[in-house]
Amino acid sequence: MNLSSLNWNSLLPELVIVATSLIVLITAVVGKVSRVDRIARGHALAVVTLIGLLIAAGLTIMQLSQPASDFMGMVQSDALSHYLNLVILLAAALAVLLAWDYLGRFTYSFSEFYSLLLLAVAGMMFLGKSTELITLFVSLEILSISLYILTGFNRHQLASAEASLKYFLLGAFASGFIVYGAALLYGDTGSTWFSDIAANASGGFLTLAGFALLLVGFAFKIAAVPFHMWTPDAYQGAPTPVTAFMSVGTKAAALVALFRVLQSAVSAPYETWAWALAILSLLTMTVGNVAALRQTSIKRLLAYSSIAQAGYMLIGLVAGTVLGLQAMLFYLFAYAFMNIGAFACASLLESDDWSELQDASMANARGLFSRQPLLATALAIFMFSLAGIPPLAGFFGKLYLFDAAIDAGWLWLALVAVINSVISAYYYMRVVVVMFMEAPDESTRVRLPIPDSAILAIVIAVLGALLLGILAGPSFASLGQAVVAWRF
Amino acid sequence: MVPITYYLILSAVIFTIGAVGVLVRRNAIMIFMCIELMLNSVNLTLVAFANQWGNLNGQIFAFIIMAVAAVEVAVGLAIVMAIVRHKDTTNVDEIHLLKW
Amino acid sequence: MVLDYLPLLILFIIAAGFAAIAIILPTVLGPRNPNKMKQEPIESGMIPFMQAWRRFPVQYYMVAMLFIIFDIEVIFFYPWAVVLGKLKLFGLIEMAIFLGILLIGYFYVWRKGAFEWQ
Repeated sequence: MNLSSLNWNSLLPELVIVATSLIVLITAVVGKVSRVDRIARGHALAVVTLIGLLIAAGLTIMQLSQPASDFMGMVQSDALSHYLNLVILLAAALAVLLAWDYLGRFTYSFSEFYSLLLLAVAGMMFLGKSTELITLFVSLEILSISLYILTGFNRHQLASAEASLKYFLLGAFASGFIVYGAALLYGDTGSTWFSDIAANASGGFLTLAGFALLLVGFAFKIAAVPFHMWTPDAYQGAPTPVTAFMSVGTKAAALVALFRVLQSAVSAPYETWAWALAILSLLTMTVGNVAALRQTSIKRLLAYSSIAQAGYMLIGLVAGTVLGLQAMLFYLFAYAFMNIGAFACASLLESDDWSELQDASMANARGLFSRQPLLATALAIFMFSLAGIPPLAGFFGKLYLFDAAIDAGWLWLALVAVINSVISAYYYMRVVVVMFMEAPDESTRVRLPIPDSAILAIVIAVLGALLLGILAGPSFASLGQAVVAWRF
Repeated sequence: MVPITYYLILSAVIFTIGAVGVLVRRNAIMIFMCIELMLNSVNLTLVAFANQWGNLNGQIFAFIIMAVAAVEVAVGLAIVMAIVRHKDTTNVDEIHLLKW
Repeated sequence: MVLDYLPLLILFIIAAGFAAIAIILPTVLGPRNPNKMKQEPIESGMIPFMQAWRRFPVQYYMVAMLFIIFDIEVIFFYPWAVVLGKLKLFGLIEMAIFLGILLIGYFYVWRKGAFEWQ
């Protein structure tokens, strides 16, 4: 074995991210900075982080046309992982833009924040590529542990620490399940490589128990019901840029990793696990939507909505076809724009008072349209897109998902999903009604002046949600070409 | 030679004790220790299987789980300390600012 | 089969015997003239002035955390050492990268003043 026998190209984007993370971390302890310059330094670090993310995105795009390659069979670099990388890098870049101004309000630990964010990105990227159980576990832990800390980053606020504790305890609990499942699969086949597991699985108790435990662990990570208890608390308590990032990134990476496990490691027939996933999907969207109906905090509402969205995305896995995967990837892109955009708007409605549960409540948005028409319109666009109203990205995402489900013979699941979309429209519209129909009063609150970085993030998200909707056909088709390469 | 079943049953029992402990315990530190118990029972499973299969994958996996567990300890204690600084308790039932 | 464990048993006996001798010999041979000072429980040569069951300074946590992190990384040397002969230069470079990343963390912790007791 020597250095040149490994295909380093296939890991180049991840290596760039890790290197940027280390560089950003080390700047925390190099040189002295006066109190006045700290914010400026934070902005400089955000720029460095953005450059790292852009380079990684550029490398990923350059690799898009390249055929799949692997790294001793431990990671698989193919079209699927490239598209996942783009979703994650996009989410991270938008989160950095949100954090640009937001972060300075409660901490000076900029280096640590951006470094951990980049580590989480690296973990997610590796997770989507892993085709071996140890790699899968390590990348899952890298992203989880970074996110535990990021969730509790606002140390002045009890809610943030509490969110972090809950996320940590349940996340570590889920890791225990994943790793036990992995151990049983190893015991069944004597190998940790997905391909060997698929080839040698006995199909007996060890195989089934192993996959069931893995599935439970993944369900925790993508916040599927009944393993969703941590999600609303963690999302509400975490600093909003972190919430925006993890609601998209973790789901995307875990869904793709779950897809790889199901497609390449499971030798069991499709029917055995498709039903388990279908029930998981049904529960997830229903519970998420029903619980969101009675929320008064926009952030918590979005947290429950993201649970429901995970349920929709699981449909792509249930279908288990090229069409299903294609639809799931398309939805992930749409979701990255509309969900982060919605959180970006919500972050502008929060108060600066750390003693209370600083939060964007529905009352803060009352009559927002007459105060800040553009902001209200942007938030309305994200809400419409999340609800699935044409011609926005969210509508086409759902359309493709439901179509894939019907195509694969899951008509009832598609029907349930449509009913769920109708339920969800109620609470998404409620936010819009509050903003447009009601008159502003003393509880209306917008943080002024609105920072340029947040405006940039919101503009990008609006453009994404609109363009992905208008150009849904071509972009869906281009995703299709990429995933056809996947061996089914 | 002890049959592998014994190791597997023992580790399954330890894992269950850990999992039940997470669900019934109310002290954050105790919950945390129960999670460590789960991870260590997995290590036992892995090493037993590695011995059975005669390859090293399982042992390497166990090493990595140990390292991850250590990192979790460090991060977990830091998070618990952040809570204690705000509110002098480690009882998860009293930490309920966020609900519904 | 059971005989395979014989060396282990012998080791146990030697260890227990050594400990027993270290305790018994002084009690038999050493002179005994107790006084009040000698009867006091000893705490690093200081007179104990309060209960041991009390709050510890928070720095202990810091030291414990850092110790766990840097201590546990050593386990990765064991499998590496086993296969280094086969990996040759590749293995050496890989470990250098691993240590390099670890050193960045160490440098960070050091410059942040986590090793200073105050």
